[in-house]
Amino acid sequence: MRIAVASGKGGTGKTTVATSLALSLAAEKSLPPLFLDCDVEAPNAHLFLHPEFEEQREVGLLVPTVDEARCTHCGKCAEVCQYHAIAVLGKKTLVFPQLCHGCGSCTALCPEKAISETPSRMGVIERGTAAAGISFARGVLDVGEPMAVPIIRELKAWARSEPGQHVIVDVPPGTSCPVVAAIRGADYLLLVTEPTPFGLHDLRLAVKVARELNIPVGVIINRDGSGDAGVDEFCAAEDLPILMRVPFERTIAEGVARGQTLTEIHPEYAERFRQLFADIVGRASQ
Amino acid sequence: MKQLVILSGKGGTGKTSLAAAFAHLAHENPAPVKAVLADADVDAANLGLVLRLERLETHDFTGGSLAIIDPQLCQGCGICEQVCRFDAVLLPSSNGKGLGGEVYTIDPIACEGCAACVYQCPEEAIRMEPQTAGQWYRSESRYGPLFHAELKPAQENSGKLVTLVKQQARLAALDGEYPLLIVDGPPGIGCPVISAVSGADLALVVTEPTVAGIHDMQRILKTTAHFRVPTLVCVNKDDIYPEGTRQIEAFCQKHGLELVGRIPFDEAVTQAMMNGEPVTSYDPESPASRQMVAVWKNVATALAVWPIPGKSKEMS
Repeated sequence: MRIAVASGKGGTGKTTVATSLALSLAAEKSLPPLFLDCDVEAPNAHLFLHPEFEEQREVGLLVPTVDEARCTHCGKCAEVCQYHAIAVLGKKTLVFPQLCHGCGSCTALCPEKAISETPSRMGVIERGTAAAGISFARGVLDVGEPMAVPIIRELKAWARSEPGQHVIVDVPPGTSCPVVAAIRGADYLLLVTEPTPFGLHDLRLAVKVARELNIPVGVIINRDGSGDAGVDEFCAAEDLPILMRVPFERTIAEGVARGQTLTEIHPEYAERFRQLFADIVGRASQ
Repeated sequence: MKQLVILSGKGGTGKTSLAAAFAHLAHENPAPVKAVLADADVDAANLGLVLRLERLETHDFTGGSLAIIDPQLCQGCGICEQVCRFDAVLLPSSNGKGLGGEVYTIDPIACEGCAACVYQCPEEAIRMEPQTAGQWYRSESRYGPLFHAELKPAQENSGKLVTLVKQQARLAALDGEYPLLIVDGPPGIGCPVISAVSGADLALVVTEPTVAGIHDMQRILKTTAHFRVPTLVCVNKDDIYPEGTRQIEAFCQKHGLELVGRIPFDEAVTQAMMNGEPVTSYDPESPASRQMVAVWKNVATALAVWPIPGKSKEMS
């Protein structure tokens, strides 16, 4: 079972839910789950699960290097590059690595075979063991690098689950390509929202992403009671199950601020999260 | 014209609530500053929800192009599948249609639009098709023009759309002789954030005293330093975890960063949002509003757009 935890809007409690769910499962299952922190721009799950990293790998794209001795400045590379990452100016061919998507098109199509590819680092992926034996892996985008997607892709390919191991994916906020890269392949999508106009607006968008990817969705309302009924009405109208409500409570906000999961703040949540998991398994198999 | 960008790293720290308050305060206070507003969170644009908009213009945003294989021309040689590095070419057996499955197809969600397959298909059976990836809008808000956008779900090129929204906002500001552009930024530190930061005269990082907020604040501060944008910091919900606020203060002091305000947790902020208003107009006497006024004063002074010479009056 692979569950992705996403939200659209940032700061609704994705990481709180994902880490609490992972800890609840780890306490009961003989094989603790694999936790993937795919929010590579702002990774936070390690602050709650305290992994010890055992392995690290650099991640990057293969970007072109031009051999000026062979280059005839014909401009074919610039013509085929869809990202304006390579340009020919007079007798010079310039590469802009931060625009490059590493597709290899320029290298393959250079008539002089003057282009080779060199890895360009964009971040790292790391894995190890966290609290309660959870297998933990995350990606971290280097500061100043624009592209999160290649890191998420590498992370997912590298940190594979063992047979029978459940996977919890912490997804970045938003609705665009990094979110899609993180969610793809999930059996179920948990959307964490808050009962406010911002929460509702972004929940609508996140539901569209889920439908685009054809993944079943359930909703968790966090800070329940702090806003209005808009999210409830939307879920009812769209036939989206509300699987859990976490009340708006200062104790919880303070605990999360200190780095505690819901199961540490209120131990009875462990059982609620296990029920949530059982509920999801039932719904995903329908 | 000065450009201010509001950022946070972590989502949900209060960027949009503060941007809305700034729009209101710039417009209403004793020394008004005419400002153009831009919502650079094109994944999840919320600023318009609290500014009572009238939408004046809607434009399509053409993002990248996607490859399309012509089933009439495809000979099934598989070269496209070999050259694609994004696993976007689906094998004939896996196109899931069960009909005429002898040709390759493109998975539009996985396709990055690189066109490697187009150039390398020996049958010239693949073409690129531009995609409408979203829309951008020019609206009039209660507090000045707002430029914003909506990226279609699951699309690429959010950075490109951010750049477009900002360009339009800049042009409007220059045309109308507005002295200030306020950009409400997206969360994170990647491509849309880099687009939002580019060209900014000043960044305001809104953080919260939580372990996650502090961690991500450090990443966004490294990002603004990397792009050499002067940066101020303010703490939202500063009373939720006093130890965290102390850590933020110590961090700022150590790195020579100016902490320009501490906004308390205040339910008036949520109430204002539900009422579709900035908190500073909905409940000007609330504790959060009072502190936001102080933050605005510091930010506007740093931008040198306030006080306006000859008009300077003390803000309440």
